[in-house]
Amino acid sequence: MTVGAVGAGLLIQGCETGKQQATQPKVEFTIDRTPAELAREEKLRAEKFFNDHEMATIAILVDIIIPKDDVSGSATDAGVPDFIEFIVKDKPELQTPVRGGLRWLDVQCMKRFGKSFVDCTEQQRIEMVDEIAFPEQAKPEMHQGVSFFNTMRDLTATGFFTSEIGIKDLGYVGNTPNQWDGVPQDVLDQYGLKYDERTLAESVKFDS
Amino acid sequence: MSVFQIKETPKSYDVCIVGSGAGGGMAAYVLANAGVKTVLLEAGPMYDPAKNVTQLKWPWESPRRGASTPYRHFGDFDAAYGGWELEGEPYTHKDGTQFDWFRARMLGGRTNHWGRISLRFGPHDFKRRSIDGLGDDWPISYDDVAPYYDKVDRLIGVFGSREGIYNEPDGIFLPPPKPRLHELFIKEGAKKLNIPVIPSRLSILTRPLPDNQKRGACFFCAQCNRGCTVYGDFSSSSVLVKPALESGNVDVIPNAMVREVITDESGNATGVSFVNKDDLQEYTVRARVVVLAASACESARILLNSKSSRHPNGLANESGVVGKYLHDSTGADMGGILPQLVGRKRYNEDGVGGMHVYTPWWLDNKKLDFPRGYHIEYWGGMGMPGYGFGSGIQHLNGKYPGRDGKMKPAGGYGASLKDDYRYFYGATFGMSGRGEAVAREDNYCEIDPNTVDKYGIPVLRFHYKWSDYEIKQAKHMKETFKQIIEAAGGVVTWGHTDTAENQYGLAAPGRIIHEVGTTRMGDDPRKSVVNRFNQAHTCKNLFIVDGGPFVSQADKNPTWTILALSMRATEYLIDEMKKQNL
Repeated sequence: MTVGAVGAGLLIQGCETGKQQATQPKVEFTIDRTPAELAREEKLRAEKFFNDHEMATIAILVDIIIPKDDVSGSATDAGVPDFIEFIVKDKPELQTPVRGGLRWLDVQCMKRFGKSFVDCTEQQRIEMVDEIAFPEQAKPEMHQGVSFFNTMRDLTATGFFTSEIGIKDLGYVGNTPNQWDGVPQDVLDQYGLKYDERTLAESVKFDS
Repeated sequence: MSVFQIKETPKSYDVCIVGSGAGGGMAAYVLANAGVKTVLLEAGPMYDPAKNVTQLKWPWESPRRGASTPYRHFGDFDAAYGGWELEGEPYTHKDGTQFDWFRARMLGGRTNHWGRISLRFGPHDFKRRSIDGLGDDWPISYDDVAPYYDKVDRLIGVFGSREGIYNEPDGIFLPPPKPRLHELFIKEGAKKLNIPVIPSRLSILTRPLPDNQKRGACFFCAQCNRGCTVYGDFSSSSVLVKPALESGNVDVIPNAMVREVITDESGNATGVSFVNKDDLQEYTVRARVVVLAASACESARILLNSKSSRHPNGLANESGVVGKYLHDSTGADMGGILPQLVGRKRYNEDGVGGMHVYTPWWLDNKKLDFPRGYHIEYWGGMGMPGYGFGSGIQHLNGKYPGRDGKMKPAGGYGASLKDDYRYFYGATFGMSGRGEAVAREDNYCEIDPNTVDKYGIPVLRFHYKWSDYEIKQAKHMKETFKQIIEAAGGVVTWGHTDTAENQYGLAAPGRIIHEVGTTRMGDDPRKSVVNRFNQAHTCKNLFIVDGGPFVSQADKNPTWTILALSMRATEYLIDEMKKQNL
């Protein structure tokens, strides 16, 4: 099977790059930003790197990596594709690995199923992902795909667990004024640990 | 027609301070309280963590979730405006050596984002040559500095526990926080190895200071590095410069990049010249006394660029040692997992912004193949996720059974992967060593003869190599960390594959950001730059109060000693002014 003729469709989409200067609202930040930082944020916001086909592929991939479950929504529910879209503009060293990986993935799917990843059935996509999601079991010729999938897994995890949905899912309950009075008693008991007399005597105490 | 001229600031001052970090901030505070008219020049902008807020923000409030940027090397929420590379401010290297030079350009400098680790030097640390024949002794001793450590403890506040360890002198301590869960495991493990794990000593107010209404007590959000909106930890901007400004005796000129110290025909300092970064015009400011506190290398750079007929080698450089004896702390790390901590119960484990326990140097170097010691810092636990959370899970989730008790192939995707991130959260931990390097004359910074920065100021060129002493120390750190991790019931997961070929993972020079030694203190003007009171031997109205005067650095972070020595030098300066000697 030749890739050439069928690949033509892909090739055109792949060329749809370049910066599109979209009219974006002035960047609003709730964290301290210097004037130089704000200028850079505006510049990044105005750039476009991934084309629509790449974004569609990313959206499917991230939801395979972190799907909806009993506890919380999927990666797309948590805005992970937008996070990835931004982070590759912020960190250009990610651009070639991710763009190249997405294309590698499409070419692999073309070879196997005659379609790009987004056009494959769910089962075909999983068959493809199974070849690159397990670094210790992947065939040698799949290793570039393994590397790509590792990157996508890392980006999905970071994007998900730093979102509001993800932080809640994880159960992180910090980032709020607190009184640290040590490990809770039931947790100490769980591990058979305790604070010695000296620690109890000299550590900071709280009145309330 | 544009007019390019050097404008003289209309007001002249008693004292001009360059740099608003620990040393400069302390000098400004002491002078302000003594009614001395002072101008404080800072190369960066004004900064107040109560106004420039990143504390208590959620990761999703930044599109990059806390990742590093060219403007904030330590991350989007970190207080540090700066990094190892500053646009338009290059530095160079000689002979293929490496030194990474960190600059924080902001009011308060590096004290905004530092680790708050506040360790006094011990008696041995001032007399290393007498102990092991290497380097030089300080001309002063612990007894000279102790009263100032006491004053700094009371003024700024530091928590800790009284341990009675000779070379880790106890301070006037606020109560420390209880250890976290992983710290309890580390403590138990280290005990089996006779390695001490004691409460850390951080300048964080676990209790309010009795005579300071302006600063609130810590509320345990673990975000000291973001700057504290209630000034519950030490940064020079909040604790020293702010009150100095409120006294009315100190003017601060931000965005002022000092070019050189100006001297008269007799070689005395008369003020400084600087570039105003806002209008890019040249200015001078006159003062009776000049205090340099721009950080060790930056102050050396200013001196070397301040040539005159009286000081042809650079101001106060008759000895030729300005820029020499540069040394940074050593650093090496290792991390692991405590398998028994998977599937942890959730609770707020933030604590203070740093370790609750640490290990002070515990061995006798006479029995080892390296001469100086190191302390160990610990980290881990259920911290707030940021950019990089969950990275590399494929190195972990294939080695341990998941929540269902079954092994599975590493990596993966889907519901079981999603659960793995939850399952392993808070089970990893690690440690870092911070050790003393031996100060050597042939580790130095000098002026690059070919290169200027964007302000036309000649830049620094570095020449620095670790010696076998530091490399062997790093090897020992790695061996020790592995033992501690395993004794704590953990499994090492990274940092264990270093060899002699990569110097056992020894961090590149400058990466620990404790560089000192470039304007060393001494009794002999032929071999040192400043005297026992941080006063330049050959320019009596010039003082240097950053880390430059350190003769040796100790296995302890320099900040607390910079503060104590700056307070001591400034009191001496005031006394000399009263006696009309300055």
